[in-house]
Amino acid sequence: MSTTEAPPSTGTNGNGASGYRWVGTRPVRHDGLDKVAGKARYAADLNLPGMLYGHILRSPHPHARIVSIDTSAAEGMPGVKAVVTGADFPEAPPKGATRNLMCTVIARDTVLYSGHAVAAVAASTRREAKAAAEAIEVTYELLPHVLNISDAMADDAPVLHDNLFTRGVEPRPTEPSNIAARTVYERGDVEQGFAEADIVIEREFSTQAVHQGYIEPHACVVDCDQEGKAVIWASSQGHFMVRSSTATVLGWDTSRIKVIPAEIGGGFGGKTTIYIEPVAALLSTKSGRPVKIVMSREDVFRATGPAPGAIIKMKVGARDDGTITTAKAWLAYENGAFQGIAAMLGCMCVVSAYTLDHLYVEGFDVVLNRPVNVAYRAPSAPAAAFAMDSMVDEIAERVGIDPIDLRIQNCPSQGDPTPYGPKWPMIGLRECLEAIRDSDHYQSELPEGQGRGVASGFWFNIGEASSATVNLNENGTATVITGSPDIGGSRASMALMAAEELGLDVHLIQPVVGDTEVVGFTDVTEGSRATFATGMAVVEACRDLKEQLRKRAAKTWDCDVEEVEWVDGSAVHGPGEQEPLTLAAITGNAKRTGGPLGATASLNARGAGPAFSVQVADVSVDQETGRVTVERYTTAQDAGTAIHPSYVEGQMQGGVVQGIGWALNEEYIYSDDGNLENPGFLDYRIPVASDLPMIETCIVEVPNPSHPYGVRGVGEVGIVPPLPVMANAVADATGVRISDLPLSPPRVLEALTAAES
Amino acid sequence: MKYAAPTTIDEARTLLAGDAGAIVFAGATDVVPQMRAGRPEPSMVIDLKKIDRLMSVSLDGDTWQVGAAAPSSALTSNAAFAADFPGLTEAAGLIGSDQIQNRSSLGGNLCNASPAADSVPALVVNDAVAVIAAADGERRVPVADVVTGPGQTSLAHDEIVVCFELARPAGGTSDAYLRLIPRTEMDIAVVGAGVRLTLDDSGNVSAAAVALGAVAPTVVRVPAAEAALVGSSLDDTALAAAAAAASDACNPIDDKRGTINYRRQVAGVLTRRAAGIAADRIRTRNGQNGAS
Repeated sequence: MSTTEAPPSTGTNGNGASGYRWVGTRPVRHDGLDKVAGKARYAADLNLPGMLYGHILRSPHPHARIVSIDTSAAEGMPGVKAVVTGADFPEAPPKGATRNLMCTVIARDTVLYSGHAVAAVAASTRREAKAAAEAIEVTYELLPHVLNISDAMADDAPVLHDNLFTRGVEPRPTEPSNIAARTVYERGDVEQGFAEADIVIEREFSTQAVHQGYIEPHACVVDCDQEGKAVIWASSQGHFMVRSSTATVLGWDTSRIKVIPAEIGGGFGGKTTIYIEPVAALLSTKSGRPVKIVMSREDVFRATGPAPGAIIKMKVGARDDGTITTAKAWLAYENGAFQGIAAMLGCMCVVSAYTLDHLYVEGFDVVLNRPVNVAYRAPSAPAAAFAMDSMVDEIAERVGIDPIDLRIQNCPSQGDPTPYGPKWPMIGLRECLEAIRDSDHYQSELPEGQGRGVASGFWFNIGEASSATVNLNENGTATVITGSPDIGGSRASMALMAAEELGLDVHLIQPVVGDTEVVGFTDVTEGSRATFATGMAVVEACRDLKEQLRKRAAKTWDCDVEEVEWVDGSAVHGPGEQEPLTLAAITGNAKRTGGPLGATASLNARGAGPAFSVQVADVSVDQETGRVTVERYTTAQDAGTAIHPSYVEGQMQGGVVQGIGWALNEEYIYSDDGNLENPGFLDYRIPVASDLPMIETCIVEVPNPSHPYGVRGVGEVGIVPPLPVMANAVADATGVRISDLPLSPPRVLEALTAAES
Repeated sequence: MKYAAPTTIDEARTLLAGDAGAIVFAGATDVVPQMRAGRPEPSMVIDLKKIDRLMSVSLDGDTWQVGAAAPSSALTSNAAFAADFPGLTEAAGLIGSDQIQNRSSLGGNLCNASPAADSVPALVVNDAVAVIAAADGERRVPVADVVTGPGQTSLAHDEIVVCFELARPAGGTSDAYLRLIPRTEMDIAVVGAGVRLTLDDSGNVSAAAVALGAVAPTVVRVPAAEAALVGSSLDDTALAAAAAAASDACNPIDDKRGTINYRRQVAGVLTRRAAGIAADRIRTRNGQNGAS
């Protein structure tokens, strides 16, 4: 069997030198060949006999009351088999997460953003469905709209929800507003801190909303039978979530729904919710036929997943010796049309990479007439880090300390308090800082005319519920079934952990993502949790199997099970009176020793290990056009233990690249009338391959004691530092500090021109 | 929607004349995405890539004939053409990704009539002439006169651009094209600048052509910048004057791709840089000739 040729990691580990046989090696992913050969099946690839195509009609207005919907013309059009509107769905409760989900899937009395789903048609062909949807007559009464935080927070702002009263304010407001919630974290006395500080810097920052930019648009096929059972094929980050969310929106019992996970073409957090499955389910129920809905790219941009834009005002105090003592932060985050927790997360992250005596962090979650926020890699942390790490850079400059040394001087370690309450467990921030400090990149001389920037980033990571079933086959191979959709190489990691536990060649293990009826409940692949939490379930099931294997050997040998050890994939007789029995020998004989061997584990994973990343970039800036070119980029990240170093590096690089896009060019451009002007990859500019150097990686391994192999999640934190890294590097190259993203050529040139005059 | 693939120009023109809703296409690299984005479907699409003359690239005496539907890659892979028109070749090579290069064409790039078309400023500075098949035979029109506004051309419904005629440049002449895009590929020009220069034996500019893209509804020829360059040794003063003239000639809009101020500023920068590249090319070639 072949293994991939990967660039060697320069980290403290990630090279299989950990004493493990399989963990830390780099086998080709089990799903790789199908993907490369174009054989992998995504949701849009499925076609069923008699299948119809669904098309969703979307609001052209950012805020309007739906006066009436006339579907009669559409219903009479060629090929049309079913039409649904919000009136066909169960009534939504007056407020709360359930209402937000239900009203995101389809608008009821009010549309809250341009692109909001209003009605849908199922017809024999895509063209017929589209033509009929466009023939639906919707009468709107236009309402004033708000598209940005400042306008939405203004006293005279048009209010999106007349029953939304700001949480976290005492006394409770008597008037509704667009401010959904206020969050505060505090410690010490910031006024005293600023009074005692030698240096106090105050700045205001803004970041733009961005899209996750997954290449595969949302797609599903839903087939409802006459008994009311529905089978859903969908691309998502969690098919159990698709099941429960679809059931919620339709008011169905979850047992009516089976969800089969399709291969997923990117999610990055954006596929942790649903948009189209309940619509397809109702169309299928009404028509009696399977219904496919595939979003267009334009639909994806207009109606799904922004990560929020933010405005952050910060004041930071430090002593002349470089000790950062005090921070006061005011953060406001867009939530989109319905309230979320973006600002709360931002508040928790904003100063997490620093120890502080005094802090006061206040956050505001703000609703406005844009699609509702969805998670995007370390949600809310990038904007927060942009603010804090830009200021830390300025402090380093002022006190004349190397920016990495300054961060080491101020970094928290185990036992220090987090800004949001509990004490830090074992974390690897210092190790990441040291790894960058000692890297070839940071030690290299900065080429003439370039600028260098560094920054750190934090993300929590989470555990949640996972299930795994491991079946040993009669030929001595194993099938590992989990409920975690594989969005970043997790199948390979599951197989490696099972291989390590069982002592079986990883290529004899087939990792499978099971549907909602073949594997136990598993939460969404989010929070960098799959390899950590689902991996824990896999390890637990394998350890159960090893016990079973020892018992079968004991039975075969007619000895006490205590005399049997499991060593390198074989049962070994302690006293040495028997020839070892391989796993294949035991499974081949299983019918005579008690039947097939399989084990299942379901658990709530506790003790997710916080993730940190530290990054450095060299950039050059065209002083006459404002174009920024990334010349060199290195990222260090604490993986805990890298189960599959290549895919850990892939996650690190992917996060960096998305963060660079956020920093340099990505932004939503809305017209004054509230319509998105760049709903496609031509004018919504994610980086292309030729924009970037190879992102150099440095895996740091500070094991998470809560995981059997020390795993921390690696999927998210990589996107956090690039925003401040790029801003700091541009400041170093030009002498001009820009605090509004993106650092697009027009913005950079404007700042340079302004600085000159 | 019907599809037709005529093999002669007459056949294509007859199809077009017989159906007011028909359109022609070469690479379809604009037409297909436009239809996907909601442009009303035409009643017929007429594929021009089966007509030999529209696909050929040839040197006829001192004149290059570039088929209007010939793929960009046919230019970028033609060393003789690229040596005569390095700037135009680069511009043609900027239309889309490698895959798109095998479909996209100069005729399509021109007749799509986008203000940001990369090849048009480069065609204009090289005095390219569009050969148009019309009801009463062929007519010849300077490329600068084909596009009349965004999405609008001077072609009648039943007219087709057949090819471009480009006179081989005189000695001491070369061109350059630069564009500003925020990324490195897969993007549309925020500003484009084409420059062609002729240097005399003493290295002074004896002729100059400057044309800008994406800064006005149609490509902008900049006589003031040309005047600033002619007679100069491309000294800083002349280059600065040319840049200022280019900035002044812009009539841009604020849109999602750039602001008015940004486009003005960058138009000057790119004009100056493109002039420098064109001059370097002439000097390099002269140097090589001198050596041989």
